[in-house]
Amino acid sequence: MSNCFSGNEAVAYAMKQINPDVMGAFPITPSTEIPEYFAQYVANGEVNTEYVTVESEHSSMSVCIAAEAAGARSVCATSSCGLALMYEMLYVAASCRLPITLACVTRALSGPININNDHSDSMGARDTGWIQIYAENNQEAYDNFIMAMPIGETASVRLPVMTCMDGFITSHAVENIEFLDTEVVRKFVGEYNPENYLLKKENPLAVGPYDISAYYMEHKVLEAEAMKAAKARILEVADEFAKISGRHYGLFEEYRMEDAELAMVLIGSSAGTAKAAVDQLREQGVKAGLIKVRVFRPFPGEELAQALSKTKAVAVMDKSEGFSANGGPLFAETRSALYDLKQRPHLIDIVFGLGGRDLKTEDVENIFARLADIAATGETGPVYTHLGQRQRRK
Amino acid sequence: MSTVYDLKREVEKPERLTGGHRLCAGCGAGVVVSGVLRALEKEDRAVIVNATSCLEVSTFMYPYTAYTDSFIHSAFENSAATCSGAEAAYNALKRRGKIDGTVKFITFAGDGGTYDIGFQSLSGAMERGHDMVYVCYDNEAYMNTGIQRSSSTPRFTRTTTTAVGSAQQGKKQNKKDLTEILVAHNIPYAAQTAPMGNFRDLHSKAYKAIYTPGPCFLNVLSPCPRGWDYPMAKLPEIIKLAVDTCVWPLYEVEEGVWRLSYTPKKKLPVEDFLRSQGRFKHMFKQGNEWMIEEAQQYVDQKWDKLLERTGA
Repeated sequence: MSNCFSGNEAVAYAMKQINPDVMGAFPITPSTEIPEYFAQYVANGEVNTEYVTVESEHSSMSVCIAAEAAGARSVCATSSCGLALMYEMLYVAASCRLPITLACVTRALSGPININNDHSDSMGARDTGWIQIYAENNQEAYDNFIMAMPIGETASVRLPVMTCMDGFITSHAVENIEFLDTEVVRKFVGEYNPENYLLKKENPLAVGPYDISAYYMEHKVLEAEAMKAAKARILEVADEFAKISGRHYGLFEEYRMEDAELAMVLIGSSAGTAKAAVDQLREQGVKAGLIKVRVFRPFPGEELAQALSKTKAVAVMDKSEGFSANGGPLFAETRSALYDLKQRPHLIDIVFGLGGRDLKTEDVENIFARLADIAATGETGPVYTHLGQRQRRK
Repeated sequence: MSTVYDLKREVEKPERLTGGHRLCAGCGAGVVVSGVLRALEKEDRAVIVNATSCLEVSTFMYPYTAYTDSFIHSAFENSAATCSGAEAAYNALKRRGKIDGTVKFITFAGDGGTYDIGFQSLSGAMERGHDMVYVCYDNEAYMNTGIQRSSSTPRFTRTTTTAVGSAQQGKKQNKKDLTEILVAHNIPYAAQTAPMGNFRDLHSKAYKAIYTPGPCFLNVLSPCPRGWDYPMAKLPEIIKLAVDTCVWPLYEVEEGVWRLSYTPKKKLPVEDFLRSQGRFKHMFKQGNEWMIEEAQQYVDQKWDKLLERTGA
């Protein structure tokens, strides 16, 4: 089945097909349409989800936490400051090992207030213990949401999953995408039947203890082990998903990387622009390639290092500013992952696209020209720079 | 509750808050919780929610829980939202035929977690109309962090953030009237109570709150021996003084109808309540007589207004 849907509608439609037990709903641009579409499904009787219209994102995540702990499959959607307001509860969700699914429609964080896309919201939540899967386009946003529950709910993982798509660019742009039949989706996602839950008659459960130093560390190590285990499960679910959809997903996508000497690493919708530029460069004989990171948590460090091992120069593109004065979060992870290679490529970090600033094919071409220079001279120049901002008048 | 209240029979029920928890001797919170939970019908299950509080860290320290029912705590400011999430799950799973039996949803939070940081979450849950009970055990300050003022702390009280010195003597503001604010939410049942005497008032109000469909609120006075500075054996006496001085009137509002639950045989002077606790000690210093006078005026004014509202 093929349809013209925006990214938001595609995710809302996936939610409808799954028919979760509970949804915590609170509006924030640009994710607002997701609870809006869902409200219509509720009003039409197309789902029988308990739809809880809370008074804040903090409460939305709190509702999801308690509902999931009580034995109900729970979902919500948010963006930007909404995700920031949830931060405290994101850690709680993960540490309680509650496989909630959250659609994060990425948007710049305040301040100043800005409603357009970058990854400062989701990157701020990267260490909360949530699995993070990023979409390039509407199709991937839909597919990732359907894969989220089989990943998060599996016994070896039991972690919440954040499926991310770029605000406005993906959430509001309409594209032709392929849907799966609802029956197929329901069979793929399955019923949520946790082993222990608050409402279990035979065995009461206590969730959220005061955990003293005699136990806290053990619990955190278990959480860390679960995140490690998630990598294999993500690939397993992707294989199963390929069987029902014909669409193949990995931890990241390699685009024209077979013999690439110069490469770009990035996340999300900018990959579309970058792929177009790579095609043009290839036509000119430049050995350019691209890696689009799909799974940021767990971070596919070893696999990424392997994929970049034959390159000479790599530009890591960060769509968020980490204020570390040492580059953005994707750069920090990528550079760390490459350290173990015997022969490492030269690496630069480019922070771009903040608050909705465009990335154009010519920007990508210029970056590859710089990479070609670095590969030829062995001189990287400034490692960490910003792209697309107006210059300050001297 | 068709039969007449009988304390002896009630205390023969199995305790739902079991002994061995780590609350202080002479603390009101444990008494409040066991008193409220005793109002549950024996065959009904419950999901108990706690805000982060003395109560939470004392009753569920890993790997021990003092509750015989299911329990969840997740943070300080969100216990009402948490309770509403559990109740939403119950509705969803019931509708889908995945669970059976009756489960009740009861939240306990201190005054910090209710009057202050959890206020928005509470207001939201009450407005949405979840079938739940929210119990505030009001000990009039942030006791878990070491006695800091909250908006529930009465005027003139000494806390660690409303110090007594030459330039300022205790808290400057009056206590927020939270019960009235909850009444203004037009919920089916809101009441003020205390674990006093034979616990009849607490029991009957807890029963009503638990078995009235929709969101219900109980504000329960819960003295703290550390924060209020009284000998632990004096807990029942302090509660009785709070009620008999009309500092803490017992009343309920059922479907918008105000009802006074208790009229003191002899309304005692506020001074009697103030004198019983170290937190008001400075009010008895020479030159501070005006504080006691103004405290009395405030209580009288509130009491008269309540009498008017309840038609008593």
